[in-house]
Amino acid sequence: MIAELGHLALAVALAASVALALLGLGGGAWQQAAVMRQVSNMVALQMAAVTLAFGALTWAFVATDFSVALVAGYAHSALPMTYRFTAVWGNHEGSMLLWVWVLAGWTSALAWRMRGAHAVQRARVLGVMGLIGIGFLAFLLFTSNPFLRAWPVPADGQGMNPLLQDPGMIWHPPLLYMGYVGLVVAFAYTVAGLLQGRLDAAWARAIRPWTLVAWAFLTVGIALGSFWAYYELGWGGWWFWDPVENASFMPWLVATALLHSAAMADARGSFRLWTALLALLGFALALLGTFIVRSGVLSSVHAFASDPGRGLFILAFLVLVVGGALALYAWRAPAVGAGASFQGWSREGLLFGQTLLLMVAAASVLLGTLYPMLLDALGLGKLSVGPPYFEAVFAPLMLLVMALMVPGPLLAWRRAAWAWPSRGWLGAAALALALASAVAWWVPGASWATWAGLAMAAWVVLGVARHVLQWLSQPLPRAVRWRTLRGAKGGMWLAHLGVAVFAIGVAVVSTWGHEQDLRLRPGEEMAVGDVRLRFDGITMAPGPNYFAIRASLPMLQNGQTLTTLQPERRLYLANGQTMTEVAIDRSLWRDVYVALGESVGNDAFAFRVHHKPLVNWIWLGCLMMALGGLMAAVDRRRVGPAEGTA
Amino acid sequence: MTARQWRLLWLAAAVLAVGAATTLVLRAFESNLVFFYSPTQVAAHEAPTTRAFRVGGLVQQGSVQRASSGLTVNFVVTDGAHQVPVRYTGMLPDLFREGKGVVAQGRLDGSGWFVAQQVLAKHDENYMPPEAAAALQAARAGAGTQVASQP
Repeated sequence: MIAELGHLALAVALAASVALALLGLGGGAWQQAAVMRQVSNMVALQMAAVTLAFGALTWAFVATDFSVALVAGYAHSALPMTYRFTAVWGNHEGSMLLWVWVLAGWTSALAWRMRGAHAVQRARVLGVMGLIGIGFLAFLLFTSNPFLRAWPVPADGQGMNPLLQDPGMIWHPPLLYMGYVGLVVAFAYTVAGLLQGRLDAAWARAIRPWTLVAWAFLTVGIALGSFWAYYELGWGGWWFWDPVENASFMPWLVATALLHSAAMADARGSFRLWTALLALLGFALALLGTFIVRSGVLSSVHAFASDPGRGLFILAFLVLVVGGALALYAWRAPAVGAGASFQGWSREGLLFGQTLLLMVAAASVLLGTLYPMLLDALGLGKLSVGPPYFEAVFAPLMLLVMALMVPGPLLAWRRAAWAWPSRGWLGAAALALALASAVAWWVPGASWATWAGLAMAAWVVLGVARHVLQWLSQPLPRAVRWRTLRGAKGGMWLAHLGVAVFAIGVAVVSTWGHEQDLRLRPGEEMAVGDVRLRFDGITMAPGPNYFAIRASLPMLQNGQTLTTLQPERRLYLANGQTMTEVAIDRSLWRDVYVALGESVGNDAFAFRVHHKPLVNWIWLGCLMMALGGLMAAVDRRRVGPAEGTA
Repeated sequence: MTARQWRLLWLAAAVLAVGAATTLVLRAFESNLVFFYSPTQVAAHEAPTTRAFRVGGLVQQGSVQRASSGLTVNFVVTDGAHQVPVRYTGMLPDLFREGKGVVAQGRLDGSGWFVAQQVLAKHDENYMPPEAAAALQAARAGAGTQVASQP
């Protein structure tokens, strides 16, 4: 009964989206105030219906109602309660429902934030959101209905993939979707603006906080996915250039370019067309990512099921949305005008260069991601693109971006006099190079890439420090200082420092990280960095829905036991799947990471042991970026309408 | 120099930079393509001997042999029609099992062994790596036509 209610709610939500699109776009086009007033009701109806559907599916999972095919396929009576909730999105249909729920949430937030905005603009923006809603709700209802019944009702479910039975499953998908789907707001604003033939400063000002929030969520979502893969897969890597990772990373790169470009458009009125294009491409790549992940063309933990009909549907939707938006752009762009002009050597010039570099990076990731799929689809052979390609292309581009991060914010607007940089700047550059050289010289094993990464990180830190010092030297009241510090400027500093922290983590762990596969018998020891691990033996450890063997490895330093690492190997009872559960001794300076492998006979076991210096800086840097983005997003000076009207 | 000359110079520099960057990207791309071959293709000497590639299929029943020390393991990858002996040193993925799908990445040595640097895990018990599934299917289709053409 509850399942049918959910199914019905989805149908109502689809009807509400259709009404929203018609009323919003139609009412906007013919300026019918009475029609446009109904838009809010449709948004509310859509939100309520999708929430009801989501609640119904959650109820089915929590109550393990195996008469619902989805529950029978992805849950089990022994599944702990937490994972019954996360199992809702631990499958294709449910995760698409989460997608739609997040979309409805963004639409509602947008309707609320825009309640004081111009009625026509509001109706149009929400109408575009309605169009996107139609696409995904139709996709859910017609190709991926989560509420189908199973007959005969199975006695028990098939269980959840053990890889997904982890706290990461609680946070990673919702946060990632918040970011992914959040890019739709800038898209909707831009399409509405293009329809109106006007992309003004108010438009740029409006999309900036939305993009910042979506970007911050995307950053945390991707970082969390990386963190999860690091400890769950047992390979010790944090990024694999896997197509699924790339699918979320490409929108991130475009969103990064977009939020900087929108800031320029907001502050200076320049970059309007470029910003509009980035806004369209950002969401286009989010859609493409959904296609890559959901079409089942990949072998990945994210590809739950392959069904060509689904891939075809998303592909058609993608072509329709992106093609339509780009055609609109080509048609309307000349009427919009490029905005204020600027010269190459200016703040705008450097920023444009950076956004261009980010787009080139996104394009190179796109090439490496789509080429194998394209070749496969055309039947020209199967191949994969190795991570060295991405690293070789990506690292130099990002180093260039970092090099430009420092002088950009200091140059004059529009045009800067061509002059030798001041002595302070030359000093900062020299100091950065000297620091990196010192590290590369003293610690053996450094490569050119290490050196360049460290130098650029130091350059960014020194640049931010100098910027802050300059700001501190101005006589400002304390209240103003505090407002700046927690506002857009403070956010920018924090995010840029985050980039440096991230870069240091990547450079250090990829150069001095150490990995070793070996076999150990009880009593044998091995050295890891400055500590030793001793394999004491195996114990049995039953869990709620699995059975585990647990190795005990005391970590020793100078004869003292610091801690005991206990990696496990779990056999999940529902589907007989084996999983390694790694043990990690974490610190800010290094991780010691042990994964337990299979028994190799003679009481001996295989182990994979990693020593990972500064690996946690990678995720720390991401958190700093996201926090900085959020600080800039909620900056009152930029968000509130008060200043604009005063 | 006049403004026009400056512009031309900038343009030329930009074209050069973009050209150089594109060349580097495409070279990096070309040299990092890893092609996939089925055991049948390897047996027919279609696979490269000088660069790394992937081979996939099922781990043949009873073929997994461990060395008495170290972590070297030998196994045979089959697509039903042909076999490739694989040698790998390291920890195997969780779901590596005899009779199950597998994809290995590495090179052929001179003596017919495929020396794997990486053995790829699949993520789900019910899920076959698509490359391996395709290899099995191709071999089955190939066997089918042979049978059909024999009488």
